[in-house]
Amino acid sequence: MIPELGHIALILALCLALVQGLLPLVGAARGIPGWIAVAPQAALGQAVLVAFAFGCMTYAYVTSDFSVLNVAENSHTLKPMLYKISGVWGNHEGSLLLWILILVVFGAAVAIFGNNLPATLKARVLAIQGLIGVGFLSFILFTSNPFARLLPAPLEGRGLNPLLQDPGLAFHPPFLYLGYVGFSVAFSFAVAALIEGRVDPAWARWVRPWTLAAWCFLTIGIALGSWWAYYELGWGGWWFWDPVENASFMPWLAGTALLHSAIVVEKRDTLKSWTVLLAILTFSLSLLGTFLVRSGVINSVHAFATDPTRGVFILLFLAVVVGGSLALYAFRAPALQGVGVFAPLSREGALILNNLLLAVACAAVLLGTLYPLALDAISGAKVSVGPQYFNSVFVPLMTPLVAAVAIGPLLAWKRGDLAAALRRLLPAAVAVIVALAIGLWLHNERGFMALLGLGLAAWLGIGALCELALRVKLFAAPMAETLQRARFLPRAAWGMTVAHLGVALLVLGITVSETWQVEVQQVMKPGESVQVGPILYRFQGVVPIKGPNYTAMQGRFEIIEDGAVVRELRPAQRRYQQPPMETTEAAIRSSPLADLYAVVGEGDAERGWAVRLYWKPLVSWIWLGALIMALGGFLSLSDRRLRVGAPSGRRHASAPAAAE
Amino acid sequence: MRLSYLIPLALFVLIGLGLAVGLTLNPREIPSALIGKPVPDFALPPVQGRELGLAATDLKSGQPSVVNVFASWCVPCRVEHPLLMALRRDNLAPIHGLNYKDDPADVAKWLDQLGDPFTRTGADRNGRVGIDWGVYGVPETFIVDGAGQIVCKHVGPLMQWDIDNKIRPLLRDLAAGRQSQVKC
Amino acid sequence: MTRKRKRLLAVLGLVGGLAVAAALVLSAFNDNLVFFHSPSDVAEKQLPADRRFRLGGLVEQGSVKKDGLNTDFIVTDLRNSIPVRYTGMLPDLFREGQGVVANGRLDAQGRFIASEVLAKHDENYMPPEVAEALKKSGQWHEKSGDHNKLVKPGS
Repeated sequence: MIPELGHIALILALCLALVQGLLPLVGAARGIPGWIAVAPQAALGQAVLVAFAFGCMTYAYVTSDFSVLNVAENSHTLKPMLYKISGVWGNHEGSLLLWILILVVFGAAVAIFGNNLPATLKARVLAIQGLIGVGFLSFILFTSNPFARLLPAPLEGRGLNPLLQDPGLAFHPPFLYLGYVGFSVAFSFAVAALIEGRVDPAWARWVRPWTLAAWCFLTIGIALGSWWAYYELGWGGWWFWDPVENASFMPWLAGTALLHSAIVVEKRDTLKSWTVLLAILTFSLSLLGTFLVRSGVINSVHAFATDPTRGVFILLFLAVVVGGSLALYAFRAPALQGVGVFAPLSREGALILNNLLLAVACAAVLLGTLYPLALDAISGAKVSVGPQYFNSVFVPLMTPLVAAVAIGPLLAWKRGDLAAALRRLLPAAVAVIVALAIGLWLHNERGFMALLGLGLAAWLGIGALCELALRVKLFAAPMAETLQRARFLPRAAWGMTVAHLGVALLVLGITVSETWQVEVQQVMKPGESVQVGPILYRFQGVVPIKGPNYTAMQGRFEIIEDGAVVRELRPAQRRYQQPPMETTEAAIRSSPLADLYAVVGEGDAERGWAVRLYWKPLVSWIWLGALIMALGGFLSLSDRRLRVGAPSGRRHASAPAAAE
Repeated sequence: MRLSYLIPLALFVLIGLGLAVGLTLNPREIPSALIGKPVPDFALPPVQGRELGLAATDLKSGQPSVVNVFASWCVPCRVEHPLLMALRRDNLAPIHGLNYKDDPADVAKWLDQLGDPFTRTGADRNGRVGIDWGVYGVPETFIVDGAGQIVCKHVGPLMQWDIDNKIRPLLRDLAAGRQSQVKC
Repeated sequence: MTRKRKRLLAVLGLVGGLAVAAALVLSAFNDNLVFFHSPSDVAEKQLPADRRFRLGGLVEQGSVKKDGLNTDFIVTDLRNSIPVRYTGMLPDLFREGQGVVANGRLDAQGRFIASEVLAKHDENYMPPEVAEALKKSGQWHEKSGDHNKLVKPGS
């Protein structure tokens, strides 16, 4: 009964989405206040209905109702409760349900917090959200009904795949989707602005918080995915340029560009059509990511719903949404003329450089991801684009970007003084020299790349701190005044500094871990020791152990410091029975300074075991840096000036601050 | 200058066309090259505890038959198993099992516990015969006509819908000697 | 400098920068395109020497020989075979008789020196390229279908 209720709720949500998508658009065009006023109510109603349907699905999972096909296929009574719940979105139908849930929650948030929006703009934004909802709800209802029944109900579900029971996997998709779908709001704002034919600083101020929120979630989602790959796949790597990873990285690159270009629109009332285009592209890339993963077009381990009718539906949807919005763009964007002209050497000039580099990087990833598909389609040749391609593109593109990130915030709007900015960055230059000296002293094989990375991290890290110090007049004014200034510094400024520091940490983590990591692969017999970088691993042999639903060969490694055992690492090869599957469980000891990472492979007591041991300095800073970037985003989001729900009165009160 | 605003749309159309072609080339959609061909030549011993093995000659008896590729370690097989039991009770055609890369004791236990829908069961221990059949994974189900020609192949677990709309009508048509309208 | 000239310079700089970036991307792209070949491709076509490619097929039964970290095995599409040498730990699902994709290049003796062995599939799943290669060699008749679902986040 409850699944049927959920199904009915989805059908009602589709009807309501149609109403939300059409009436307000017509109402706004014809000036019918009653129809305009429908939008927020419809958005809220849709959110309630979809949330109810999602609740029904969760209930079916929690109670292991195997008469629901989806539950029978993806759950099992023996699963821990956490994974029963995460099982809701761990499959094709359920993940779409999560997608639409997030979409309507964002829609409802616009309805609730968007009180300061002009009524027609709000109605149009919500209408576009409604139309996206129509597309996804009909996708769910017509091709991927999550509530389909399986009668008679089997006694047991079949979803006990051990690889899927993992906390990283449980929480990664919701964050990723919050990011993907969050960009739909920016998209709706862009399309609404094209319909209205007006993009102004106020528009940019409304778009930015939504973009920022989506960006933060996407950053966390990508970081979680990378971390999962690092500890679960047992290869020691943290990013593989896999098509599915690229699918989430492209919207991130475009979204990062959008965040920055929206600032230019807000402050300088220019760069409008580019910003609108970015908003459209960012969401389009999110949809493309969904298409690539869901349609099975990409031969990836990840594709888990490979049904061609679904692929056709998503492609049609993509054609309507992206094609339609780009056609509208071609038609209306020429009217969006910026008012300001600007010099290349200015804050906006630096932001444009940022946009260009991010856009090229995004296009390069798109090329690397789609080209193999295109070639397959044209000539049937199977090719793959190696990670080397992405690495050799990203280094030269990101180098000027990171260098400019330190300078940009020090340049004034309209006309910046590069020499003055560089003078202020003197401490950063000193830091670069120190970093280079350390790099040379540590001596390594990757020579130039290591020095480049260290230099960039130092330049950006200290540069961001310099900018902050100048703002609060550190050492230039009495300490009390500095503290006072720091207190009243807008949160957005703090957010920017923190996010840029996160980038510096990320660059540092990547550089140091890639350069100085030590990897040893060899065959070891019990009792043997091996030096891995500064760490002495002693192999104590392999013992068979038995887990709840697997048997394993567990290796024992002792970490020796000054002749004493300080730690033990226990990597394992697990062998599951149902379904039969072997997994490598790496043993990882994380610390802020370095990770120890051990994997044990095949072997026997006589000839020894194949083992892989690593010492990975600063590798955890990669994810730390990403999280700090997201933290910076959230800080900026908490700025009153950007707060979506801020009553207009207070917004005026803080308006002078906006002018600084 | 105005035309430049059309560039994004034009690029998207190109990419969209490419993706559309990519979809039609989706390897999963190309029908089996085995359809319409005679079954490959093979002879397999029975699985542990069963009398009748499976060979190509058994599939050329003049009567249509169903060949189900299964394994005790395959979870989806367990899901379709009750449906095979039900199909067996219909007595439309004999169902034969091709036991793919399985442990003899495991499969014996499986058939004892869950019931045995199969008339004949061949044990393909190393999967060699599976390769000849083009078995990509388990479960897969083939429908073979009385002359030993493969008429239909179903990839993945059978669902009730597949049984009702594909397997049963097809078997009825074959038994009656009609040209079947069922698409595989 | 007039405003107009400044603008022109800025636009020129922009176009120049984009051209450099495009050249960079495309040359890196060209250098790093890795083709997929089956053992029959290797035997029948003249592949450019010293170019990395991906070799896919089945690991021949009884061909795996291990010596410490070195593993020698034969990849076959059931019509032609190529000996492969790999140094390092093999992935979990590397088995005789199962599909495999190896990344590397041919040495002078026609042996494939793999720097990476991918078996990113589970017990009853085969890399689609391998299935394609087997089909082309006439030994395989059906395409993919990963019935068991191996999912990574992001899907």
